[in-house]
Amino acid sequence: MNTKFFKKLLPGSRWAVIGVPYLWMLVFFAIPFLIVLRISFSMRDQGRSPPYTPILQYIENALTMKLNLSNYLTLITDPLYLQAYGSSLWIAGVSTLLALLIGYPIAYVISKMPPSSRNIAMMLVILPSWTSFLIRVYAWVGILKNNGLLNNLLMKIGVIDEPLKILYTPTAAYIGIVYCYLPFMILPLYTNLIKHDNRLLEAAYDLGAKPWKAFLKITLPLSKAGIIAGCMLVMIPAVGEYVIPEMLGGPDTLMIGRQLVNDFTQATDWPRASAVAITMLLLLLVPILIFNRVQQNEIEGRLT
Amino acid sequence: MDSLRKHWFTWSVLGLGFTFLYLPILILMVYSFNESKLATVWSGFSFKWYVKLFNDQAMIDAAWLSIKIAFWTATGAVILGTMASLVMTRMHRFHGKTLFGALITAPLVMPDVILGLSMLLMFVSLGNMAGLEAKGVYSIWIAHVTFTLAFVTVVISSRMAELDKSLEEAAMDLGANRVKVFFQITLPIITPALVSGWLLAFTLSLDDVVIASFVSGPGSTTLPIKVFSSVRRGLNPEINAVATIMVMVVALGAVAAWWWMRHEERRKQRDMQLALQDNG
Repeated sequence: MNTKFFKKLLPGSRWAVIGVPYLWMLVFFAIPFLIVLRISFSMRDQGRSPPYTPILQYIENALTMKLNLSNYLTLITDPLYLQAYGSSLWIAGVSTLLALLIGYPIAYVISKMPPSSRNIAMMLVILPSWTSFLIRVYAWVGILKNNGLLNNLLMKIGVIDEPLKILYTPTAAYIGIVYCYLPFMILPLYTNLIKHDNRLLEAAYDLGAKPWKAFLKITLPLSKAGIIAGCMLVMIPAVGEYVIPEMLGGPDTLMIGRQLVNDFTQATDWPRASAVAITMLLLLLVPILIFNRVQQNEIEGRLT
Repeated sequence: MDSLRKHWFTWSVLGLGFTFLYLPILILMVYSFNESKLATVWSGFSFKWYVKLFNDQAMIDAAWLSIKIAFWTATGAVILGTMASLVMTRMHRFHGKTLFGALITAPLVMPDVILGLSMLLMFVSLGNMAGLEAKGVYSIWIAHVTFTLAFVTVVISSRMAELDKSLEEAAMDLGANRVKVFFQITLPIITPALVSGWLLAFTLSLDDVVIASFVSGPGSTTLPIKVFSSVRRGLNPEINAVATIMVMVVALGAVAAWWWMRHEERRKQRDMQLALQDNG
């Protein structure tokens, strides 16, 4: 690190530069989590405002602390929550795999293009994510509806006689997730693939390897970090997704983010919603740590 | 023969990939000009949904509010993000630096529902103490600055990390103080990163529906909240018109950015050539 950098600075302003963003993140990011944690141990009480009982109370000259574990117990005993967690992981996992299968060839092909055209191609990949996420999900409603464009097209060419029910089923949720998160899969794959040394592949070809074998033995193992980063970037937000299952998934698509919002708004059960949030965070902790580890290795690898 | 097969593979992957990415958006735009209310049957060209949209005062108010929030979010996030990037790339280890880095980057991978819930619960608790309104425009602004700060800091700090520190050191050896070095050397060099960070925060804020839904009150309906509540009830051609305008703005912005980048690149090359000629 640069030793001269802050020597000539007034001692106060160094601390202001550290202090302002630090304080902001402590107050508006760290403390909110502690509040969520605290409320997850309290109990719902509709008569109060806000609608939960405080944990710490001053009763008869004694400060009493009541930790209510029932919110967490419900999460592990109520089949609804177990199903919601299970199907969130399943839907996010399958969508991630589909995004990888679709995204890898695209990233691969773009990485093999000449530099000027690959920059334009990558810009075209990222461009849709600069338009509204909601709009991109909404676009699929008109396509997947019972009398929507896809069904009309399939019936006209005679593939099906009756419209397929896709909208408001989990299938629509898969399509929505893959569509919205595909750029997040392609981007890390592409940044990994352009770093590969082409001479390795050339050597393999010279030694008589078939392209397919060379890909499996060289390119694929080398792109492991990109695959992990891309999968985590899709998987982590997809597990907590709310808008896509709400708009495309219909009532059968149970997902934990949706359950959290329902608990909070419809049931006004703030403690339950908080417990759901804490559990979701614990569930995502492992993938988040894997992601950070891979990112860290990438950065360190670039420096050495 | 082999290269022909390779070409075939390249073009079919690109063709299918870009069709998948762009066709739904194109269909959405085409149907914004549809006469019929049924957004899936074409019945003639019409501007009527645009007319309806421009007479929809609630939608216009929501759009205007979203733009204002996005503007101040991006501005706040760039200021805080520049400070955070200075801390991450230019400062010695200090007590709590690891926590600092974790706090700044954690919102990158945090589901929106968790951020929204924690923000609201914090505003309610603090509001109870301070007697403030927990839901409103300022709560949305604070929530948006907090979650976009992570993205902005990543953009700015990666630029700062690759910046040649010898320039800054040279200026300091010549007696400039740190503040002057920052404003005269560092800031001009990182300006492109500040611009892209600002634009990123602006679009993220303009796009957010989940976090805003948690912390918005009756008087603070943003555009995404308004759009979400109307598309939940099914198709609405007016929303297609909103979408078309948004896509056009983004596309124009992208073309402008691309043109500006090319222009800067060429100018830089010309300057370098001139400098070389002068030396020779």
